[in-house]
Amino acid sequence: MLYAAVAARSFRRFSTYRTATLAGIFTNSVFGVIYSYAYLALWHQRPDAGGYDATDAVTYVWIGQALLMTVALWGGGTTDDLADRIRTGDVAIDLYRPVSMVGWYLAGDLGRATYHVLTRGVAPTVLGLLLFRIALPGTTAAAVGFVVSLVLAVVTSFAIRFLVACSAFWLLDQTGVRTLSGVLAIFLSGMTLPLVIFPEPLRSIALALPWASYLQTPADIWLGHRAGTGIVSGIAVQALWIAVLLALCQVVLGAATRKVVVQGG
Amino acid sequence: MNLIDVRDLARTFVVRKRSGTFTRLRSEVRAVRDLTFAIEAGEMVGYIGPNGAGKSTTIKMLTGILVPTSGHLRVAGLEPSRERTELARRIGVVFGQRTTLWWDLPLRDSFELLQKIYRVEQARHRRNLDEYVELLDLGDLLDTPVRQLSLGQRMRGDITAALLHDPEILYLDEPTIGLDVVSKGRLREFLRTLNAERGTTLMLTTHDLQDIEALCDRVIVIDHGTAVFDGALEELQRRGESRRTLVVDLVDEAPPICVDGAETHRVEGPRQWLSFPAGASAAPIVAAVAAAYDVADLSIQEPDIEEVIREIYAGA
Amino acid sequence: MADLRAAPREYVWIARMWVRSSLAYPLSFWLLTLSSALITLLDFVGLALMFHTVSALGGFGLREVALLYGASGIGIGVADLVIGSVEQIGVHVRTGTLDSMLTRPVPLLVQICADRFAIRRLGRITQALAVFGYGAWWVDWTPSKCGVAALMVVSSCLIFFSFFVAFSCIQFWTLDSTEFANAFTYGGNTMTQYPMTIFPREVLKGLTFVVPVAFVNWYPCLYLLDRPDPFGMPPWFAVFSPVVAALTLTVAGLAWRTGVRHYTSTGS
Repeated sequence: MLYAAVAARSFRRFSTYRTATLAGIFTNSVFGVIYSYAYLALWHQRPDAGGYDATDAVTYVWIGQALLMTVALWGGGTTDDLADRIRTGDVAIDLYRPVSMVGWYLAGDLGRATYHVLTRGVAPTVLGLLLFRIALPGTTAAAVGFVVSLVLAVVTSFAIRFLVACSAFWLLDQTGVRTLSGVLAIFLSGMTLPLVIFPEPLRSIALALPWASYLQTPADIWLGHRAGTGIVSGIAVQALWIAVLLALCQVVLGAATRKVVVQGG
Repeated sequence: MNLIDVRDLARTFVVRKRSGTFTRLRSEVRAVRDLTFAIEAGEMVGYIGPNGAGKSTTIKMLTGILVPTSGHLRVAGLEPSRERTELARRIGVVFGQRTTLWWDLPLRDSFELLQKIYRVEQARHRRNLDEYVELLDLGDLLDTPVRQLSLGQRMRGDITAALLHDPEILYLDEPTIGLDVVSKGRLREFLRTLNAERGTTLMLTTHDLQDIEALCDRVIVIDHGTAVFDGALEELQRRGESRRTLVVDLVDEAPPICVDGAETHRVEGPRQWLSFPAGASAAPIVAAVAAAYDVADLSIQEPDIEEVIREIYAGA
Repeated sequence: MADLRAAPREYVWIARMWVRSSLAYPLSFWLLTLSSALITLLDFVGLALMFHTVSALGGFGLREVALLYGASGIGIGVADLVIGSVEQIGVHVRTGTLDSMLTRPVPLLVQICADRFAIRRLGRITQALAVFGYGAWWVDWTPSKCGVAALMVVSSCLIFFSFFVAFSCIQFWTLDSTEFANAFTYGGNTMTQYPMTIFPREVLKGLTFVVPVAFVNWYPCLYLLDRPDPFGMPPWFAVFSPVVAALTLTVAGLAWRTGVRHYTSTGS
């Protein structure tokens, strides 16, 4: 119940940035149009590249633009608040709160993601539908699987961003690590280019890493390239990474708490 | 000729308030109106008033940041908003709550940059820097990054930064806010010396009446965008006799305290508020209270500007 | 006028302060430098991976696309290095630093652009130069082509300059519209990394006559590559880039003046 309230408050907070949201939707749409034409040109040359057809490729572009902010690919979200509170020392208050700190920030980030998917996710998708031929999920399983996979994508990204923010416990300043992490996320999530058209062995390596969870896995479920057991196995891999990453968050937080307690911040 | 000349100055803002999802109400707010005053070279003037009275709007117009809606405005013979860059070389501005120094670099570096952008000759820069470093006791701090300075040290750095180009006028916005008593005293002392020796004209906005008492021969009170008082500090104090408050925490609850020279105007449990004239000494009252009651704690609240202004209205 | 002559010098003084400031946190400095090198590297890897899948995009091979990519990259790289910080107008308004800048005897644009100057952005320019060099290796150079190439690079920088300034000025009216400008600056860069032939005719017209990014590299490169214009635009467009640059600079200058005037007349 508490977490629901935290999520709701975070949703409302992000919904106050109206112009920023509109400007963001515009920019996502512009990039969506550019990449659509680029991919159409590519798939015109190789109509089966990566096992996708041209419609799949364009759909992938718009799913990517819709998830860019939702999954917070570049970083951002409630973990930026955390990094700020670590820098100022306010984090001591969070550490002594009788609720899980990871849970607290995660709930907030899910509230943010909900706002972003409803605005910066839906709007570009609708525009993409109007301008290009986009495939919608073919089956109920695909639609449900996509939603589940999307939630897991946000959680995975949250866990990584949380770890990045925690670097501020030792470095004071997260900007360097945050930018580096964003750069890796953009490339390894398949935002630059779908992971499925990467040459081997890069393709297999990228698909096994947690960043594949951000975009490639949900997109493949939406497009029907993962169906039946494929959906289950995709989601299982996402869940596995989440378990590992959240456990890591707890370990890092434990170490940070000891540091704060011993050194007084 | 007056250094600052303000006649019938007005500044209106258009405010749009969201009244529905897509509709907005447009209304005009007159932040400054019918403002008239003149300041001569060498004066030290306190510019005071409650929050939202139009203080910062006036300062923004005087420094050229904001264009007046109407009226006449000249600073050092220049029209601030049109000749802003020219004016910038002749004034210094210090905003108490934010620094213009480079956060991660030693003080010295900020000063050197300012020397260049204000084109101060090397000899004059050296002379000024030496003098201010001496007066403000910054010698050991010149090579410390600004982020490691205390608030008071940083404020001294900011004031030095604003003075290196020998401005004719120095605007200070809440220069003592957040400083401890010793730092406040030292700063006021410095500003007095600056005015006496260099003849720098000072205009300061503040919430601290003691700043005014220590520095300003003249006070302009602004309220609702216009000057409601312009004259000597004593005159202001006579008009709205300000009162200080003695807050007494008794060990037990008691009926309102009765002592000579003060009246109890508020009681809340064991805590009582006694007011007495600002000019009177607190010592006999404190002694009388302590002699007659079991006192747990005592504190004295200085009158704030807002209270004085309220008094002016009450007296008018 | 004395003020304008001193502007480059003043810019360098302020920029140097920020470079030294950024060295106060060495780890962050090096990580940011690494990130920025990695960004440009991976950006190019993305393009190379595309050409791993296909041999031509919109009828243009890797060598030709490298020329387009490099020319656009140099332009955005230089503009971003020199005046990219203009994106932060909204932040300066919100935090009040804009007011402090207005009380200094240095042109506001110089102060804002030199603010948070980041030397690491040189990485992008270096990468773009390398890619451009690779593309240029295969060009049959003639004196007139050298002239067109020189005009192209200068115009490319100036057009992106103008975009940064003009679209950032919107923030004088709506503070949090930074991303809107990105659609034209970084978006314009992404568009011009590809041959215009991947876009439909209407898009090309828009990119020629409305938001003229096609002049950043497309028209001059067609000349350098000895290619007839696939859309049948006049051949003299190849040397028209400087005129377009002058036009966009004028618009940006007007936008800047209007923006500052708006700020000083509303204070918000």
